Amino acid sequence: MFPAVPQGLFGNPQDLLGWIMQIAWLLMFMVMIFWGQRIQMLTMLREVGGSLKRLEFMKDEGRKTAISTIKEIGKPKEDPTARVDQFLEYVAFPPVDLDPSGIVWKLEHVLDVRDIRFKDDVKRMAPEASESQINNLENMLEAALLLNIIHKVVRHFYLLGKKTMSLYIIMQVQMVLPLLMQEAKAIASSLRAFTYEQPIGDGAGALVAAKLMYGHEKSKIAKDIVMAKVPLEGRTAYVLKAEGPGGNVGKPGDAIKRIIEENDGKIATIITVDAAQKLEGEKPGEIAEGIGVAIGGPGVDAYKVDETLLKHKIPMDALIIKESLGDSYAQMRKEIVDAADVAIERIKRLILERTKVGDSVIIAGIGNTVGIGQ
Amino acid sequence: MSEKAPPKRISSSFFLAIIFIVIALSVIALFQGMTAFIDGRINEGSYYIVIGLGSLALSAFMLFQTKRAMPQLMIEPERVSTTILCNKCGFKNLRDFQRGDYILKEAEPCPKCNEKMMIASIYREVKEKEKESF
Repeated sequence: MFPAVPQGLFGNPQDLLGWIMQIAWLLMFMVMIFWGQRIQMLTMLREVGGSLKRLEFMKDEGRKTAISTIKEIGKPKEDPTARVDQFLEYVAFPPVDLDPSGIVWKLEHVLDVRDIRFKDDVKRMAPEASESQINNLENMLEAALLLNIIHKVVRHFYLLGKKTMSLYIIMQVQMVLPLLMQEAKAIASSLRAFTYEQPIGDGAGALVAAKLMYGHEKSKIAKDIVMAKVPLEGRTAYVLKAEGPGGNVGKPGDAIKRIIEENDGKIATIITVDAAQKLEGEKPGEIAEGIGVAIGGPGVDAYKVDETLLKHKIPMDALIIKESLGDSYAQMRKEIVDAADVAIERIKRLILERTKVGDSVIIAGIGNTVGIGQ
Repeated sequence: MSEKAPPKRISSSFFLAIIFIVIALSVIALFQGMTAFIDGRINEGSYYIVIGLGSLALSAFMLFQTKRAMPQLMIEPERVSTTILCNKCGFKNLRDFQRGDYILKEAEPCPKCNEKMMIASIYREVKEKEKESF
């Protein structure tokens, strides 16, 4: 009935089923040769599309959380939805870096103006909120803003890839997607922390400073920064942190500079404590010791401290408490709370080893102080 | 933040119907294959078995993918605890986080020595899955 064909992959194709298998096999080869890349692109697009759906969900949840919290805390007379939507589209342009000289001060100015503008907007949205609640609401809105930006960027590449069917456009977003999703999940988890004013992992440094200054007289030394003079192992420690319990990072650079200048540069050492991102495989709450200025963020504060330390030739030590990106945004883990006590012991040891009795030292607890008093 | 995702339909009933039809056809193909093997038609049996297993695996994968998408759209709430400590006698009390709690906040008097207690820590406990250690 059928002509004889050579031995196929599945045995002797002498019957109808054998023929079907042969043709299907050949068709599959043809499809893979001509449309292989297109199939790969469609698979990538499907993957990006799925992640985009999750990002959209997170973005919407962020927006809803922000609106409901503002209504609950701020008791506005008008519906804040339109203002929140306007806030979520906020853009800030960094200074021009063609001539990098003096760019740090320009960047600081942009960040200061942005901060003032954000606070003003939040005050208008939530007129009944206290100063501490305004800080938390601002942090929460910033988290919602970040989720909105991530969603928009991924959506842009997804739609552009779909429109052009360019493998390279789709690949760009597909390759960085796991990292973007990790960041988005971390930011989404911070929304709950800011809503309920719970400490977040980033506040590990602030927790160390808070524990050290507990029970001592505090004074405000720079914008949103409190300082306490603490006797420690026979030395005088100037312990500083951002003013809590509202979500705040303050300006530790200005505070450190002021303490050094008020002491005419007679500071034996400065110890900065901050949370830092751990590498995969490392345990959360592990502490690493080193030299340098451990101040994260855009770099303005670290620059100021670097300049002042160089001018007065003051040595600097750093302690970092390791945690994952997700942990730094989410509510503080038990391991990080426990690490604060270990860090205090390490600070005491550092002071004993590197300074003499009667010396003055600065201990700066860096990080967002939401949910941490002093 | 709400914990449940909006009730979005991520897989249409039409799509699910197709998957179940393919599963049914795969089972028939496997049955045919077994019958052919028993009758001594080895080549024919192999084709049916390959087709049956292949389409069964493919439809199971598709079904798994549609069911998997739903839980990923949920944000799990974390349980946060507050530890209250008496600095005088060392009495410790662990309770769930309450709005308004913050670290180093003055808390209620100690039930043992009547001294004012303070919130010593606020944290979430994460149970890590068993991981390969390097």
